[in-house]
Amino acid sequence: MNDMTLMDKTVDTQNIKIAARDVNVHYGDSHAIKDVNVEIEDKTVTAFIGPSGCGKSTFLRCLNRMNDTIGICRVKGDILLDGEDIYDRRVDPVQLRAKVGMVFQKPNPFPKSIYDNVAYGPRIHGLARNKAELDEIVEKSLRRAAIWDEVKDRLDAPGTGLSGGQQQRLCIARAVATEPEVLLMDEPCSALDPIATAQVEELIDELRSRYSVVIVTHSMQQAARVSQKTAFFHLGNLVEFGPTGQIFTNPEDSRTESYITGRIG
Amino acid sequence: MTDLSQNTSGTVPRKHGGSLLEQSPHTKKRNAAETRFKAYGIAAIAAGLLMLAVLVTTIVGKGTGAFQQTFVTLQVDLLEQKLDKKGNRDLADIKKVTTFGYAPIIKGAMTSVVEELGIETGLKAKQLAAILSKDAAAQLREYVIANPDQIGQTVEFRFLASSRVDGYLKGRVTRASIERDKNISPEQLDIVDALAVAGALEKTFNLDFILGADASDARPEAAGIGVAMLGSLSMMLVVLALALPIGVAASIYLEEFAPQNWLTYMIEVNISNLAAVPSIVFGILGLAVFINYMHLPTSAPLVGGLVLTLMTLPTIIISTRAALKAVPPSIRDAALGVGASKMQAVFHHVLPLAAPGILTGTIIGLAQALGETAPLLLIGMVGFIASNAPESLADGLLAPNSAMPAQIYEWAKRADPAFYERAWGGIIILLIFLVTMNTLAVILRRRFERRW
Ligand SMILES: Nc1ncnc2c1ncn2[C@@H]1O[C@H](COP(=O)(O)OP(=O)(O)OP(=O)(O)O)[C@@H](O)[C@H]1O
Ligand SMILES: [Mg+2]
Repeated sequence: MNDMTLMDKTVDTQNIKIAARDVNVHYGDSHAIKDVNVEIEDKTVTAFIGPSGCGKSTFLRCLNRMNDTIGICRVKGDILLDGEDIYDRRVDPVQLRAKVGMVFQKPNPFPKSIYDNVAYGPRIHGLARNKAELDEIVEKSLRRAAIWDEVKDRLDAPGTGLSGGQQQRLCIARAVATEPEVLLMDEPCSALDPIATAQVEELIDELRSRYSVVIVTHSMQQAARVSQKTAFFHLGNLVEFGPTGQIFTNPEDSRTESYITGRIG
Repeated sequence: MTDLSQNTSGTVPRKHGGSLLEQSPHTKKRNAAETRFKAYGIAAIAAGLLMLAVLVTTIVGKGTGAFQQTFVTLQVDLLEQKLDKKGNRDLADIKKVTTFGYAPIIKGAMTSVVEELGIETGLKAKQLAAILSKDAAAQLREYVIANPDQIGQTVEFRFLASSRVDGYLKGRVTRASIERDKNISPEQLDIVDALAVAGALEKTFNLDFILGADASDARPEAAGIGVAMLGSLSMMLVVLALALPIGVAASIYLEEFAPQNWLTYMIEVNISNLAAVPSIVFGILGLAVFINYMHLPTSAPLVGGLVLTLMTLPTIIISTRAALKAVPPSIRDAALGVGASKMQAVFHHVLPLAAPGILTGTIIGLAQALGETAPLLLIGMVGFIASNAPESLADGLLAPNSAMPAQIYEWAKRADPAFYERAWGGIIILLIFLVTMNTLAVILRRRFERRW
């Protein structure tokens, strides 16, 4: 699977969904992301790996401008979504985030019912014209997040009453319910057991048919299993970016090799 | 670790493998310290509870008297030739008869009851009538104006007894204590005893204290806290209507939207400072701005409410901001992550979660404002207000009024000990309000917290 996509993608340059050019991020005086250039393709799973504190989350949050909420965070450089600069003055970050959804590291369901959790996005974006359509979106999203069977009898129960893994899948359902074009996932499986992890990975693989997915992970195996492209970050630099197969079998940079073999990080 | 503790405490080195069933000297010392600390804590709490008990028993002991009042029930001949000379029951004519016109009727009623009961006395009719309150004639006049058709008949009427008589029944006034008292004589007390035995004079629950208006210095038995209560309630309405929306809006802006710069910082610091400003400063500010500059009416609950709003705002802002801060940032991230705007995130998710905290803060702020006295003294919301219940909301807000704590202060200041009893009674009512409000705050917090 990996080898095939490897060949596809290297030739296909029109399918670039997000392009980052010379991105630098500062938190006050600390330089968190240094001159990162990366191209994220459509209908592809891209994995960000790297030691803790290297800036994976920071860079991920640049892609849907979640960093705007952090007062001291400054982003320089261009990030293009479908060729349009998302940091352009005219861009409304709210509109951007409807297109670029996000799943966070810690499950953060709203303290509302399971149904309302999933229905919230479609409601505020006016995706459903009536209750029946909304019901349908909710069911479809919960099914795609592989949690429908567990919650279908208690859609009115609070989302915060679910187990950690169920909560995370609920958050994934909530994110896909708004039909984003890009889905950003920051260590989505760090709170999950192996079975739920497998379900989420399956889901990610399925999402790839329609979206571009970017996933941050600390698990090399997971990156190898789900992604077609892998980016390795180290101390704020993008050290190496390429097809997953190549990164894991034949890395160019010695730092990448040390990391994936477990010598740094 | 072990080396360190050996050196500092100078105890015998702990042997590895020592028995767990035996406490080492070190453990003993630690446990002793813990026991001592617990004892201090219990002692502190016990002292607090003791003081509370003393406070409550004092207040209840001194204040319950105010809720009881002595009344004298008499058969009154509403003589037509005195009250309605023309005999046409014209209300305008009836109103022309002042309380002086009623005095002979009351005197007559008193003498006849004394005669009926066969009491021998050397007292004149005027002295007999002095057993009743100075308010008696006004009470009767009010009754006649309300029921003009009763003129010419004999009706049973319940008169307030004078405060000395009331005090005598409550044990505040004794035969020994009245030696130099010009207001009452032992002969009058003899009559009182006889009337009490005959059942014409009795002490009953006094609703007028809770609902009535204040009375002049000479008639403590007629004074009530009801109108001051309305004044307080009108002020609370003003405070609630202004402080809650302004405070919540200001907090949401400061907490969620304001840019983090020195100006915001200065505003935050100053709000915290305002919370510590003594209330009398707000009072003089209100006097200068609302009354002298804006020419709002003196003593009006509207002005009192505005002053108390200024005072309550910092409390509400601080508690609202704390409530907003307590909402986990992950909830905001979640909402923003699905494409909600900042305002949607705040109003759909953050505010509902912060609501119990905001409500609690508001109620506690209101309770503070309800008990506040000093600023009201400065804007003249204190003193003798004999008017009865206001007729409209505007009247309630603009007509001069008092407030419960100011009324209590006013009573406590007056010379007659009968007013002193009323001050304690007022304190009971005020405390009932405050305890109710605080209980409500606790219940609201519980109820909302349990939802998820
Ligand atoms: N809100 C913030 N304010 C200041 N500095 C921050 C903030 N968030 C992150 N940083 C800094 O930016 C750098 C990158 O952090 P980031 O969270 O992106 O790392 P990461 O690669 O996601 O790490 P992890 O794998 O542990 O999640 C770190 O040095 C961190 O200290
Ligand atoms: Mg991270």
